[in-house]
Parts: sequence; structure tokens; C-alpha cells
Amino acid sequence: MTAVLNNRPAAGADRGGAGGTGGGPRLPRPGREAAARRRRESLTAYGFLAPWFLGLGLITIGPIIASLYFSFTDYSLIGGADWVGLENYRRMLDDPRLHQSLAVTFKYVFISVPLQLAMALALAMVLDRGVRGLPLYRSVYYLPSLLGGSVAVAILWRRIFGANGLINQILESAGGLFGLSPSLPGWVSDPEYALGTLIILNVWTFGAPMVIFLAGLRQIPRMYYEAAQVDGAGPARRFWSVTVPLLTPIIFFNLVLQMINAFQTFTQAFVVSGGTGGPSDSTLFYTLYLYQEGFGSFNMGYASAMAWLLLMIIGGFTAVNFLASKYWVFYGD
Amino acid sequence: MAIDETGTRARVRDGRGDRDQERARRREAAERSERIRRFFIHAGLILFGLVMLYPLLWMLASSFKPTEAIFRDPGLWPGADFTAGNYGDGWTALEYPFHHYVINSLIVVGASVVGNLIGCSMAAYAFARLEFFGKKLFFAVMLMTIMLPVHVVIVPQYILFANLGWINTFLPLIVPKLLATDGFFIFLMVQFIRGLPRDLDEAARIDGCGHVRIFWRIIMPLSLPALATTAIFTFIWTWNDFFAQLIFLTSPDMYTVPVALRTFVDSTTQTSWGPLLAMSVVALGPVFGFFLAGQRYLVRGIATTGIK
Repeated sequence: MTAVLNNRPAAGADRGGAGGTGGGPRLPRPGREAAARRRRESLTAYGFLAPWFLGLGLITIGPIIASLYFSFTDYSLIGGADWVGLENYRRMLDDPRLHQSLAVTFKYVFISVPLQLAMALALAMVLDRGVRGLPLYRSVYYLPSLLGGSVAVAILWRRIFGANGLINQILESAGGLFGLSPSLPGWVSDPEYALGTLIILNVWTFGAPMVIFLAGLRQIPRMYYEAAQVDGAGPARRFWSVTVPLLTPIIFFNLVLQMINAFQTFTQAFVVSGGTGGPSDSTLFYTLYLYQEGFGSFNMGYASAMAWLLLMIIGGFTAVNFLASKYWVFYGD
Repeated sequence: MAIDETGTRARVRDGRGDRDQERARRREAAERSERIRRFFIHAGLILFGLVMLYPLLWMLASSFKPTEAIFRDPGLWPGADFTAGNYGDGWTALEYPFHHYVINSLIVVGASVVGNLIGCSMAAYAFARLEFFGKKLFFAVMLMTIMLPVHVVIVPQYILFANLGWINTFLPLIVPKLLATDGFFIFLMVQFIRGLPRDLDEAARIDGCGHVRIFWRIIMPLSLPALATTAIFTFIWTWNDFFAQLIFLTSPDMYTVPVALRTFVDSTTQTSWGPLLAMSVVALGPVFGFFLAGQRYLVRGIATTGIK
């Protein structure tokens, strides 16, 4: 460690000396002065990082530790937090709404993320073939990603998939052409379909991963495709044997990001269900239930325990993704 | 002999001509099929884009239709139904006129942008240019905070801010930005600053500049593209953010646009969908504007760091 500490400033001093032959103030310095300079640089760095350290302590790590403590208490903001040991965690084991919220969230994540990524990759492949007007298409497809998480779009979704909403109007007139008058459900108010409408909303926001895929596809040398073609590989073979392996780091990156995002879905479910997670808890996302417990009923202890479970789930998934990535992600050699 | 020769030559020339023509014909055919292929790709992409945008266009169109026409007609053109009345009705439908909420949102968003620009760029300079004890560890911690869901820390944050008396003020929304809690933007700027040539810093240091001046006079001006990306993303994300604003803002006079829209939708009956959609259009307007103005920065931002 000391060797490292002494080496670097010496190298820096050399450089300074060489650069400063024109009469600059920087001359080769003795080791002690260099060490002092390093200390000064450290202090400067901590100065620049001061807001970040403060935020890390007060807004991020402090609250994480505090929520671990609160998860062992019964606390409603009024009065003190009463230590109840593992009671909150025990309650989780037989809380049917918690189980429902986990089921809803997992279903959402495992259906919508693969669909969204498949769509993103497919469009990126089409756009990557030197299509004219690429920036325009890219912008149009990307726009929903920017708007998708907003209250306004959630309101729009509620209207489109409502009983007499846009989708049903279109289906009815399409059915009318064939002399059919199907009885259509109000998609958002039917427990069978409500979650499906939110899955569609998430797939609709495929633009962000698509832009990342596009950037990744650019990195694949054309040469590989030409070589594969010379060897007689068709389009499907080229996709599976050239594109996919070389793109695995990007696929992995998108998968981790979009899964984490999907686990945190809140706004859409909150607005579409009017804050209830209904109909009959079919859109009771985990974060929505956490909100109801923490800020509806002010069960801060239970909400903290739920927050920790969420942290564990997301941490666990990220870890599994990273471990599994060793077997399928190809980083080149 | 001579005839023969010219004959052969003529034949050769003819043969060559045939081959050339054949090649040209084939090239033309290939070009034609390429053009057809391209036409279908574009037609497909445009059609798909229209399907993607239809809900948004429909919302815009519906905001100019009387409510009963919204339920009757799925088309885009308001035609004879055209009315701008929804905007007037929506503007005054809630406890405060809608611009009250827009101003609140602008205060929160403006302060968040300034906070992120200052807090994150300072942290980024340290990570990108300075050597200090624990750098690797802190950098790893910073990357991990990007992945941390806000829901994990929201309960104790609420308790903290409640104890400070900050509930129902804008402070819980703004102060964390100034304290550089958006690790994503630190990362974005670190990546950018690392790409700037170090010679400039060195030259400035030889001229006697300290780190504060190097940061302020050299790195910041050169980082304008990264700062623009940060500002645009912060604007859009904060403008759209609902969860934190819903929790920390409790009385209608402090409501921001998303929270106000939510109370609107909860009080909406079948008859007021027109005004509600009109106000939703108003809520999306600034995001759309920033999207148009800053596409370049947005695309570069996601492509280099890869987050929504």
C-alpha cells in the first residue's frame, strides 16, 4: 500500500517535471511533499463529495438501517416504536393480501419484461439495417418510454380499456363488419384482464431498451455477418449464431434493468385501480400494498418489513441474474 | 481473314454486350426488389408507429371533443364536434385553478434540476479526476444506490422528514437532489468527464489553478452535453414522478400536477372525461416539448448508460 502511495506521486512529479521544463513551478518533489499533496487531494475529493456523503448517510443508508430496525417494531408515527421482534415477519407468512401482491407482481414481471425485450430487440434489428429516417423512427418508438410512467398515461389507459373505451369501440365496429356483436368486458374493471392491460402498458414502453439494443448492434462488426454468409448461414442462423451471442451483454443489462423497473411499478396500478389495487386485488402490486400499509393505515413497522422483503427480492434477482450470466453472457475473448 | 477477324470481334463485342446487358438487367431487378423490400419495411414501420402513437393522438383528439362524443367515436378528427371547452372546464374543475398545480410542479422540477446539476457534477468530478482513500468502494456503493428502489427507504425517510416538520413542503422532494442521491446522473457524468482529455487539467494546474477552478472553469463548460442530458432527464422524471409527491404533499395547495390529476380522476364521473383528458394533455405537454428539444441528448444518455 505504501509502495503504491509512494509510486504514483513520484510518477506524477516526473511528469510535472518533464512538462514544466519551460520554467513552470513543478519540479521533482521529495516523497514526503508528494504524500502531503495526496492528502490534500483526498481532502479536496471529500469536499467535492460532501453533499453526496450527506445524502448517502441521511437519505439512503441511514433509512435502510432505520427501516431494518422499524421492521421489528410496531410503529404508527404517533408515540414510540414498540419492539415486537419477528411479529411483522410472522404476519407476512399468513397475510393473504401480501401473497396476492407478490403473485401479481411476479406475474407482471415475468410476462411483461420478456415481451417488452423481445419487441425491443425485433425493432432494433429492423432499424439497424440502415433504414432511412432512423432518427425519426427511433424517436417515435422511444416517446412512450418517456410518458409511460406518468399519471396522465395511466388515466389514458383507464379510458382506452374502459367498458365503453377506445378498444371496445374499435372491436365493436370491427365485429359489426362481420355481423357480430360480441359482449366485451370492461378490461380494467374485470379481474381477469386488468393486469393484462398494465402488461400491455409496459410492453408499449419498449423504446428505452430498443435504443440500448440499437447501440449494441452497432458494435457488432459487419465482417462477422459477411463471413457467416460466405459460409452459407441463412438469416435465422446468422441471428442465433452471430447477433445473439455478441449481444448477450446488452440483453443481460436490459434484463436486469427492466426487471428492477418492473418490480417497482406503482403509478399505473395506483391510477388505474383508483388506489385500491382492484378489481378484487387483481392489480395489487407489491409497492401499492406497501403504500396502503405504510401511508394508508400507517403501519410503519409492517411497511418497513415489506420494504426489506422487496430489497431482498430485488437483490436476490439481481444476484441470480449475475450468477447465471456467467453461463450465457458472452463478453468476447 | 479480315472479315473473319472483324466478325469474331463483332461477335465478341456482341457477347460482351449481352453479358453487360444481362448484368445490368440483373442489377436493375435486384435494385427493384430492394426498393420493394425497403418500401414494405417503411410501410411496416410507419404503420407500427401509428399504432404505437394512436392512444396519444386519440387523447389529444378527445380533449377537443365533448365527453359524449368521446364515448361514441373512436376516430381522431373531432370534425363538427370540435370544442375547446374541455380545457376551460378542466382548468377550474379542482379546488385551485390548474396553473396553481403547474407552478408547484415547476418549482419542484426547477429546484430538482438545479440540485442534480450541482450535487451530481461535484461528486462526478471527484470520482472521475481525483485520487482519494476508499474511491473504489464509494464508487461501487454509488452504483448500487442506482439499483435501490425508492420504496425501500421511503418509510424511514417519511419519519425523518416528519420529525423535521418537512411534510407537506417541497423540501423532501428537493433536498435529496441537492445531496446527489440520483446516482444515475453521477455515473453519467463520470463517464463523460473520463472522456475529456486530461491535458487541459494539467495545463491549468501548471498555470496555478486549484481543483475548484479546474472544475468550474474547465470541466463544467466542457461537460455541457452531459449537463444537458442530466437536466432534461431530471426535468422529465421529476415532472412525471408520482410516488414521492403523493406521499410528501398532503394538502391541495401544495399539490403538483400528477397529484392533482389523481384527485381529478378519483372524483371523475362518466360526464367529465373530456376535461380530465384535456388536463392530461396539459400534463404531458412539457414532457413532449423537452423530448422534442432534447432528443439528441436523451438518446445519447440512454445509449451510454442505459436507463429509462
